[in-house]
Amino acid sequence: MLDTINEPLIIAEPTSTQLSYMDAIVQAQKEEMLRDERVVMIGEDVSIYGGTELVRSFDENRVRNMPISENSFTGMAIGAAMTGLRPIVDLTIASFTYLAADQIINQASKLRYMTGGQIQVPIVFRAGMYYKIGNAAQHSDRPYPFFMSAPGLKIIVPSTAADMKGLLKSAVRDDDPVMIFEDCNLWAKKDLVSTDPDFLIPIGCADIKRPGSDVTIISIGACLPMVLAAAKTLQKQGISAEVVDPRTLVPLDKEVLIRSVAKTGRLVIVDNAHRTNSAASEIAAVIAEEAFESLRKPIQRVTTADVHIPFSPVLEKIVYPTAADVIGAVNKIQ
Amino acid sequence: MSLRKSDHLEMYRRMQRIRIFEEAVKTLPVEGHLSIGQEGAIVGACMALRDDDYITGTHRSHGHPIGKGATLAPLMAELLGKVTGICRGRGGSMHLADFSVGVVGESAIVGGGIPLATGAGFSAQVRGTDQVSLCFFGDGASNQGTFSESMNLAAVWNLPVIFFCENNGYAISTSVGKSHGQPDIAKRADGYGIPGVIVDGQDALSVYKASNEAVIRARNGDGPTLIEAKTYRFEEHCDNLNILIPYRSQEEIDHHVTNRDPLVIYQAALLAMPEINEKDLDSITAEVVTEVQAAVEFAQQSAYPDPADLYQHMYSTPIHYPA
Repeated sequence: MLDTINEPLIIAEPTSTQLSYMDAIVQAQKEEMLRDERVVMIGEDVSIYGGTELVRSFDENRVRNMPISENSFTGMAIGAAMTGLRPIVDLTIASFTYLAADQIINQASKLRYMTGGQIQVPIVFRAGMYYKIGNAAQHSDRPYPFFMSAPGLKIIVPSTAADMKGLLKSAVRDDDPVMIFEDCNLWAKKDLVSTDPDFLIPIGCADIKRPGSDVTIISIGACLPMVLAAAKTLQKQGISAEVVDPRTLVPLDKEVLIRSVAKTGRLVIVDNAHRTNSAASEIAAVIAEEAFESLRKPIQRVTTADVHIPFSPVLEKIVYPTAADVIGAVNKIQ
Repeated sequence: MSLRKSDHLEMYRRMQRIRIFEEAVKTLPVEGHLSIGQEGAIVGACMALRDDDYITGTHRSHGHPIGKGATLAPLMAELLGKVTGICRGRGGSMHLADFSVGVVGESAIVGGGIPLATGAGFSAQVRGTDQVSLCFFGDGASNQGTFSESMNLAAVWNLPVIFFCENNGYAISTSVGKSHGQPDIAKRADGYGIPGVIVDGQDALSVYKASNEAVIRARNGDGPTLIEAKTYRFEEHCDNLNILIPYRSQEEIDHHVTNRDPLVIYQAALLAMPEINEKDLDSITAEVVTEVQAAVEFAQQSAYPDPADLYQHMYSTPIHYPA
């Protein structure tokens, strides 16, 4: 237990540092585990996939390596969340969330409501999206849209190291179950991240990554670097694209999205999920329902095709959205 | 811990509460899965627990919170979908979870509560308390992956969990004989390196004894135990279930109702004790009848939830949802 310390606390000036997306994940967890002894980390092979630092920093009581039983260790963490802990569950490859989906959806998402608010389930489910690396269809899913259909979950898809750190820390401090979909294609990507241990980005807030006036491009997750490159090319064509990153898919920051579309009158949504029932589909429906009068042209979705992710690199590289697709979609509605 | 007179009377009271509560439910417009016939298993196990220990229930779970000591009125109100219900009318018959007595959920997904109970044990271990977690589940749930996975997890981490199987012989209409390669579910414990115990679930005292040993083991840090209580469900799987092809004979049902009623068996055991007499038991029964009547009246007189509150309890802080 924490003793009262009478010595004056030395508080370092919060600064920023260049940090990779992967290091942001590790730091966010480490800081939250240091801050709150109720935070525990469980998952398979926790000492790899970026967990080495956590295994070194905390004992086995706080960082637990699990047998390959995704549904039950997820449920175990949910039971722990209901009885005083704040677990982070690392489900590693996002395709494994299907195995844990029973406990995530039937228990974690529903129990607060089903018990009339008697309990809360403060838990974070981490899922890594390991695609574009020749892993074939059973290791390459981007399954966040499935979970958007389950009320009771909060769903975040950070696209930068700073967003990852600030949102993951908010997720750990949140009293509801939060799913955080990480993108392995961003692991090495660095940007400026605050070192303030209380640096938080609120869940449910979109971010305008690039201001513009002619078209809104809503970019989901790791589409961002590609979308920003496309926006640069469009600028050369004389088209000013505003790039908006929702960052949180549930709850969706409708206000910022609608305000941007009201300004530009045109909307392209870029999403690495499969086309049918993608996050792009839901956002398109929201804008069509609530901001139709702002639109000068039909909404365009740029998504992964409704086909399984093939192994052969020749096939795999053609299934995901590209900058050329984004530029094509923007030009289509000029 | 050996039972004192007051413990015996409390055990009898809780068994009667379940029986009389369920008899009242039969007269109400509630489609419920009744615990009648399984009171000895439920209460025998719960009496081995402390108030701050955890349990999880099943879809047939009116009895579990009552066995753990819950107040009846909010449970009855929940069955009628009232706002005064223990879950504010959001849960219903298969989810009578009363967290104030340590119920960490009742799951209508068969086997869904087993990982949750394991997690409550995990939590106690991490937090360094000596609480234990007892998981109720049925013979049907023992064929779910969560059963095997959770027993292994508890064994690997030496968690303070008691896996308590109420084997009532049937998963709806499918018998244990037709769905289990090994009909003695407790024998599966061997595969996970933990003790497995078979006990007569109609004999509350035997259940208590086995449960108490498992609880002591768990509390001492010696890990999980699997207990299989052979019991019997006296009623149909649930009310209004129209099963056209009989799956158990009337003779079989009659045999259990006549000769294997856990309340009758426990009454006989109590009356054989010099310190307990018929008057003690009769006054408990009368008190429970009054308590159940009051619970029914409370439930009937309570209001339904306000439709304006449909989204209440979805999130810790209300979010702009869905509009």
